[in-house]
Amino acid sequence: MSRTDLRDFKRGFDDAFRGFTREYGESIENFFNPLLQFLVWFEKLLISTPWPLMIIIISVLVWAGSRSWVLVVGTVFSLLFIGYLGMWEDTMYTLALVSVATLVCIIIGIPFGILMSKSDRTQAVVTPVLDIMQTIPSFVYLIPILLLLGIGKVPGLIAVCIYAIPPIVRLTNLGIRLVDKDVLEAADAFGASPRQKLWTVQMPLALPNIFAGVNQTIMMALAMVVVAALIGVRGLGMEVLRAVNNQYITLGFMNGMAIVAIAIVFDRVSQKFGKRLQKHTEVIHG
Amino acid sequence: MASHGIEIKDLYKVFGPNGAKCVEMVKNGMSKAELNEKHGHVLGLKDINISMPAGQIQVVMGLSGSGKSTLIRHINRLIDPTAGAVLYEDVDVCQMSKAELLEFRRHKTAMVFQKFALLPHRTVMHNTVYGLEIQGVDKAEAKKRAQRWIERVGLDGFEDHYPNQLSGGMQQRVGLARALTNDADILLMDEAFSALDPLIRTDMQSVLLDIQQELKKTIVFITHDLDEALRLGDRIAILRDGEVIQQGTGQEIVLNPADGYIADFIKEVNRGRVISVATIMSDTPLEEATKVEVHPDDRLETAAHAMAEQEETRANVRDKSGNLVGSLLLKDTISAMVTAATH
Repeated sequence: MSRTDLRDFKRGFDDAFRGFTREYGESIENFFNPLLQFLVWFEKLLISTPWPLMIIIISVLVWAGSRSWVLVVGTVFSLLFIGYLGMWEDTMYTLALVSVATLVCIIIGIPFGILMSKSDRTQAVVTPVLDIMQTIPSFVYLIPILLLLGIGKVPGLIAVCIYAIPPIVRLTNLGIRLVDKDVLEAADAFGASPRQKLWTVQMPLALPNIFAGVNQTIMMALAMVVVAALIGVRGLGMEVLRAVNNQYITLGFMNGMAIVAIAIVFDRVSQKFGKRLQKHTEVIHG
Repeated sequence: MASHGIEIKDLYKVFGPNGAKCVEMVKNGMSKAELNEKHGHVLGLKDINISMPAGQIQVVMGLSGSGKSTLIRHINRLIDPTAGAVLYEDVDVCQMSKAELLEFRRHKTAMVFQKFALLPHRTVMHNTVYGLEIQGVDKAEAKKRAQRWIERVGLDGFEDHYPNQLSGGMQQRVGLARALTNDADILLMDEAFSALDPLIRTDMQSVLLDIQQELKKTIVFITHDLDEALRLGDRIAILRDGEVIQQGTGQEIVLNPADGYIADFIKEVNRGRVISVATIMSDTPLEEATKVEVHPDDRLETAAHAMAEQEETRANVRDKSGNLVGSLLLKDTISAMVTAATH
């Protein structure tokens, strides 16, 4: 391609996309409106809840998930410290974003993983797409998202989801494919329909892998918090960004450590919960 | 519930993409090795014709690679045949639609596997109700029925254990209970006891025979162990390289091995447990008195034991209706037990 052709091509494509945005931008925004409403509602809920109550709720959730006192005590101390250093509200924003993003990833990712496990062709098509989603610099897809939806929570949420969804899709697919063929044959022999096989054999046995996927998705969502701040998502990421712009070392570290604290709590709780789901593998006959 | 027999007719299985074409070549006399070499297809089963009796145990015996596991999977069509038919109640299983096949598997068959194939995430009880759950039976009812079989196979008290908390023998009891709870006419057992220790295997064989006395199901039992085949089988079919090389009762096979291969196989067999009194007795009852009476269906071992116990060298044979039908000499009994019997 000659230089002028190339320039025309790029410009033509960009113009076409802008035209598409002008034409459909609003309806796409409307499409995502329920998601926005939900995220806003959840943020408000977390922020308006008095902090002592919030700490109690989170502690109960941590206990329910992990059954570990050490983790509960660690969580309470981290939250108190975060509050003491004035990062409570930003932490709640981040918590809301990561929770909603994880939820979206689970709702979309698990069915996708199931579809992928059902056919080798789907797997062959979806795998490279997931590879692209994981490796492409996030700024690249921020541009069209920004053009389409502008600056705000929803584009941030979508960017986070694009980056965070691959592990759950992959591990759901892998988990189902790794299910013991002998057990599947037994289900067949008893006349289980494909749906019955999925719910009585494949999903339960894939659960540990699926949970590893959820864990990875949460971690990746947290990693995207700062990038999401670039397109206007409030929270700890925004403060980190402010610290970078103004060279505030302490502010940067404080908010960075708050992200780390949330990450560790999420990680340990989801891992412990995933392990408890495999109660049957604990005791092995000698 | 009356059971029905299973008719396997002209069954062929060729593994590979062009199976149907290869069946013709096999029918025209191509051998397994030639087929594999020239066309890259594997001959799994060749011209199988077995009439499996209703309410009895049909054993299919063969060494690994003989096609016995492939054969049993044709009965509930876990494997599709390349040609031929499997008839049950005059319906060809191979022609059933998907929906019909699911119904057939749910209500007419149950299967026990060599590697148990229990659901590792479910307790003994939840494994046992699996078949009923698939059928859509009410939970409480399913549990009630499962409990009966859990007790019957000797697992009461273990309902809430997970499979990997149990020993191999106990896991296979769960497999058996799971199959029996289905209450299907046909019980398919694919090397069900092969993975168990010898003592536990004998124990499980007794459990099976005991249950069969009561249930009279049509059982297809796959094994590579001749002793097991002779102990369990009302009829035995021997498979080699995908072909049936002999079928009949255990006694028929032991007394008249079809070829050197089978003769080699049966060399080590305990004949006293296979050959019946009726086979070697003389038609005339004894004139002088004897303390020992045996039944024509008794095995020689039992007869010899009875005579030895009473220090007698001869016995009268009395049939079920109480008639004296013949007599038996200890020396004939012993020689039939230790050498090849001729008749």
